[in-house]
Amino acid sequence: MSIELQLSLARGDFSLDVALSLPGRGVTAIFGPSGCGKTTLLRAIAGLEPDVQGTLQVGDRCWQGPDRFLPTHKRPLGYVFQEPSLFAHLSVQGNLEYGLKRRKGQPEKIALASAIELLGIGHLLQRKPHQLSGGEQQRVAIARALAVSPDILLMDEPLAALDQQRKQEILPYLESLHQTLDIPLLYVSHSRDEVARLADHMVLLSEGRVKATGSINALFTRLDLSLAHEPGTETVINAVVAGHDAHYGLSHLDFAGGRFTVAGKPLPLDQPVRLQVLARDVSLTLEHQGQTSILNIFPATVEALAEAGPAHITVRLLLGNVPLLSRITRKSAEELGLAPGTAVYAQIKSVALMT
Amino acid sequence: MSLTDADLTALLVTLKLAAISTCILLLVGTPIAWWLARTRWRFKFLIEAVVALPLVLPPTVLGFYLLVTLGPHGPIGGLMETLGGRPLAFTFSGLVIGSVLYSMPFVIQPVQNAFSAIGNRPLEVAATLRASPLDRFFTVAVPLAAPGFITAAVLGFAHTLGEFGVVLMIGGNIPGETQVVSIAIYDHVEALEYSQAHWISGGLLLLSFVLLMAVYALNRRFTVVKT
Repeated sequence: MSIELQLSLARGDFSLDVALSLPGRGVTAIFGPSGCGKTTLLRAIAGLEPDVQGTLQVGDRCWQGPDRFLPTHKRPLGYVFQEPSLFAHLSVQGNLEYGLKRRKGQPEKIALASAIELLGIGHLLQRKPHQLSGGEQQRVAIARALAVSPDILLMDEPLAALDQQRKQEILPYLESLHQTLDIPLLYVSHSRDEVARLADHMVLLSEGRVKATGSINALFTRLDLSLAHEPGTETVINAVVAGHDAHYGLSHLDFAGGRFTVAGKPLPLDQPVRLQVLARDVSLTLEHQGQTSILNIFPATVEALAEAGPAHITVRLLLGNVPLLSRITRKSAEELGLAPGTAVYAQIKSVALMT
Repeated sequence: MSLTDADLTALLVTLKLAAISTCILLLVGTPIAWWLARTRWRFKFLIEAVVALPLVLPPTVLGFYLLVTLGPHGPIGGLMETLGGRPLAFTFSGLVIGSVLYSMPFVIQPVQNAFSAIGNRPLEVAATLRASPLDRFFTVAVPLAAPGFITAAVLGFAHTLGEFGVVLMIGGNIPGETQVVSIAIYDHVEALEYSQAHWISGGLLLLSFVLLMAVYALNRRFTVVKT
């Protein structure tokens, strides 16, 4: 299954005009600054923007075409809005069952009970929405969207209306969704951090147009995009747990370009994990330094360089075929004589492990 | 001495009139209120002005036009006569039509405001949860607008209770058919039967007060629940 769309909309001085082919599994982040059309695109996919023109094909079903517009209630989707938007006149249970009762005929992919468990809302079922905190309301809203067993889940900045603490409360649930669900999730966000934690693929929107699309690893490391030049620029690397060193309390994590050794509580073998390496935590040497406290050193090749501010350079490295960004000073780059093709060693000072 | 049989009959006619008019208004007014709350038609203000007219129009003016329309020589009254019925003027049905028009803004406006206050979001949410438009209306819009419906029903009912001018113009004063309490009071005062007038007036005052109190009390409960 994949999602093919070509949608356009003109409204005042804003226009949306996108053609995309999105993967039918995993989390696809629709990313961009406020006002770039992320929400409008998601609403268009849901059929909530009746003025949108174009075509939309989800799997083998046509949701919109030249002479066809499937109304929202006939599209097998789940939608989580920015605000929880629970029905005030129904209990939590009533909210969850609203869609469930109307699902008729569609196979149950996600049982209500497992959605309730996944989001940890079992103890809230008898309450009314106004008795819940913002974070709890949003968890109910996510469970409600899952309970209709959608073919595709759309989320419009589900964390944006919440404070930092509530975000931290919900993110783990979203991460476990990511690992449990085998339906595609389109996730609108302007938070780089959320995208780095959750997304597999990414669509970069700017002023209603698609600027770039691809895997998150590829887009985060593309030097021609602004993502690679922000102060907190990081590389996201997918790895699996390969083993533990009980004596030192370390875990070994294999990725396509080698093996990371990180501290942290032991995770089950073969569990997929996601690593975040900040570009400024990657230093470069021309020769392998034997005498160093740094555990993670990889041979790498410089692929490209780009200026990042007056004093800094962002270097795109390849570890095997895995790209990795390094942020060093221009002075260092000149002294090392870095140029595309230079063989270097990347010393990684710190790695954040996200499961 | 308390109420006479004639007064009781007038009271019953009034209550029946108010109940029937309120029911009709809720049935007819709700779709109009829904449409007014949702439409983006640029001339919607025309319809809103028409709905609000009975608020400012002297009831006698409304009654006069109704008399002209519904009487034997009016278009509708004449049509009724050709169809073998009788003209609606000076009948209970005529009174119902008058009351419906007279109390229309009191029912439509609260319901319209309640529908507007819900906003689009709950309906969009319901659509993403597979609810068809009609389903959304009955399972989301109507329950969420419940306070508006209660206000509308009580105001419509109470306002019809106090109707005088319209009734006088098109209903006449037929005991058991078109004689309502406000006219009964007027008759008593004309006949200098102040004690009778007191009884009915006091009763009407109390009833109106209790109804309005109920509206405000219920609305407070609803607002407390909503926030």
